[in-house]
Amino acid sequence: MTDPQVALMMLGLFIVLVLLGFPIAFTLLAMGVAFGYYAYYQGGSIDSFGDIFNNNIFYLLNQNTYSVMENPTLVAIPLFLFMGYVVERANIIDKLFFSLYMAARNLPGSLAIAALLTCAVFSTASGIVGAVVTLMGLLAYPAMANANYNKSFASGVICAGGTLGILIPPSIMLIVYAAIADLSPLRLYAAALFPGILLAGLYIVYVIFRVWLTPSLAPKPTVENPPPPREIYKDLLVSFVPLTVLIALVLGSILGGLATPAEAAAMGALGGMVLAVLYRSMTWTKLKESVFLTAKATAMVCWLFVGSWTFASVFSYLGGHDIIADWVGGMDLEPWEFLVLAQIIIFLLGWPLEWSEILIIFVPIFLPLLEVFGVNPYFFAMLVALNLQTSFLTPPMAMSAYYLKGVLKKQIELMEIFRGIMPYLGIVIFTMVLMYQFPGIALWFPDFLFGEYIP
Amino acid sequence: MRFVHAIEGLSLWTGRAFGWCILILTLSVSYEVFVRYVLNAPTVWAFDMMIQMYGALFLMCGAYALAQDTHVRADVVYRLFPVRVQASLDFVLYFLFFFPGIIALVWYGYEIASDSWRYKEVSFNSPASIQIYFFKSLIPLAGGLLVIQGIAELVRCVMAVRTGVWPERLADVKETEDLLSEADIEAIRAVVPGQK
Repeated sequence: MTDPQVALMMLGLFIVLVLLGFPIAFTLLAMGVAFGYYAYYQGGSIDSFGDIFNNNIFYLLNQNTYSVMENPTLVAIPLFLFMGYVVERANIIDKLFFSLYMAARNLPGSLAIAALLTCAVFSTASGIVGAVVTLMGLLAYPAMANANYNKSFASGVICAGGTLGILIPPSIMLIVYAAIADLSPLRLYAAALFPGILLAGLYIVYVIFRVWLTPSLAPKPTVENPPPPREIYKDLLVSFVPLTVLIALVLGSILGGLATPAEAAAMGALGGMVLAVLYRSMTWTKLKESVFLTAKATAMVCWLFVGSWTFASVFSYLGGHDIIADWVGGMDLEPWEFLVLAQIIIFLLGWPLEWSEILIIFVPIFLPLLEVFGVNPYFFAMLVALNLQTSFLTPPMAMSAYYLKGVLKKQIELMEIFRGIMPYLGIVIFTMVLMYQFPGIALWFPDFLFGEYIP
Repeated sequence: MRFVHAIEGLSLWTGRAFGWCILILTLSVSYEVFVRYVLNAPTVWAFDMMIQMYGALFLMCGAYALAQDTHVRADVVYRLFPVRVQASLDFVLYFLFFFPGIIALVWYGYEIASDSWRYKEVSFNSPASIQIYFFKSLIPLAGGLLVIQGIAELVRCVMAVRTGVWPERLADVKETEDLLSEADIEAIRAVVPGQK
């Protein structure tokens, strides 16, 4: 067997073995070490225990671990996670939701719109999809159920809205993407801004349109003696404004070139703590909880990197990337055919897997192909980022739906949630088509800020 | 069980201790931004501090995450298996997938770190020449913790095969969504007070 064939076998074997359910980080590490041992094997007799370890792969493993440890892009991950956990535990979401609802109460489907906006803002600030969907399931769903909203409709809004946080910058997903693809996190943030806002906007337009079409989906709740406008503005000022300002400051200082993503994230975390203190919800226990949760989540993501970089370096040493590039190049595809094919594959991977796994394991396989087809890597990144929205929403591993089902228990069937989610899947795909037709949606802003992208 | 919990306690304690790096990280980076823009006097140590705090944080929490089962699994199929099958599968895979790589991390990490100690290696990132031999020693240390925690996981697998249920893990902070899956609605009420 030639080396590139071994590389393909390595990939195939990994895809099968990962489904055994062992932690992915260690599965990747093991595959990397095993195939690396073969790749770097230099012969020689084994006379002592030490000789078994006389192989460059072990050195490479340590090198890779160390490069994850000193990667300045990845530093932003624990900081953004910390900011997220602090904001999540700051007791702000209920105020946010009810003040937005009061402000929007004259629009059709006002509760749904308020829920969507709350999801968008809160998940952008915290970036933790599970928490957003869960809290909204506790908060917005009962409110919508009391107003006799259609169950599927109400649950779809929450699931789709909660997922927006991984796309709208500053998001952790884009940092991970930048580290994997060796792109500039700044440009990725700039590129993701408009697609993110566009997607959120289309969700809202869809909700309004749908309710306008069938008002019975979302009956207008009777608000008994609504608070005076002044009260509403005050609540908005206290809940909605600080959070959006925090997001805008973090994002603005990154895009304005004032701070690196890690620095902005640190300031954001500090800002989150200040907000929590101002909301009188900062306690020693909550701080401790946020610290420990951050520690666990960071370990999870970064050990995944240790595994995948070892895996990827062995894979490319064996010539795996080249053979795939040759093979796909030999298929004589048009660039658009390649893009569609790649996105379909990623969409399908989103059924059983979550975004982190798809990004860290599978996206690197596509990256060398971009050059072959002359695709702008930032454009591709945005298509992937949009596509990964669906990984939370497609069964059998639709995490968003499971989180919601976890809160609502017997109040709703899983199938009803899925039915509610379907239209949003359509909107995501529609947005991807739109962006394909008008790449400027993603590429104009980074080009405007940092000058044209030159590969 | 005492044995397993003692090891888990060690992982938990180290992980939590290193978890506080995030607070130091947040504060030191914020301080650096402050002195750079407001006082116009950037520090020379901030970059290395940032790298080392982050590296120590994720590396040393690896065993903590293992002890709490937070390392992500592709468990579409796995979750459908009965506990005994899950446990036997895990038991075998710890030997195949876990120990070889992690022991290599300890073995080679130790050699690299001891070289680093010999030269008293410093960082190139800034003229401050921050020492990095402590930092490099963390690799074998983290690997060692993972090996110990891995042994606890093996014992856990054996117990699960015998009894047909997964033994309890040490209690720790939960993600908001996990709080609920355990029907602990009260705890969530504490997170979201003032529900209407």
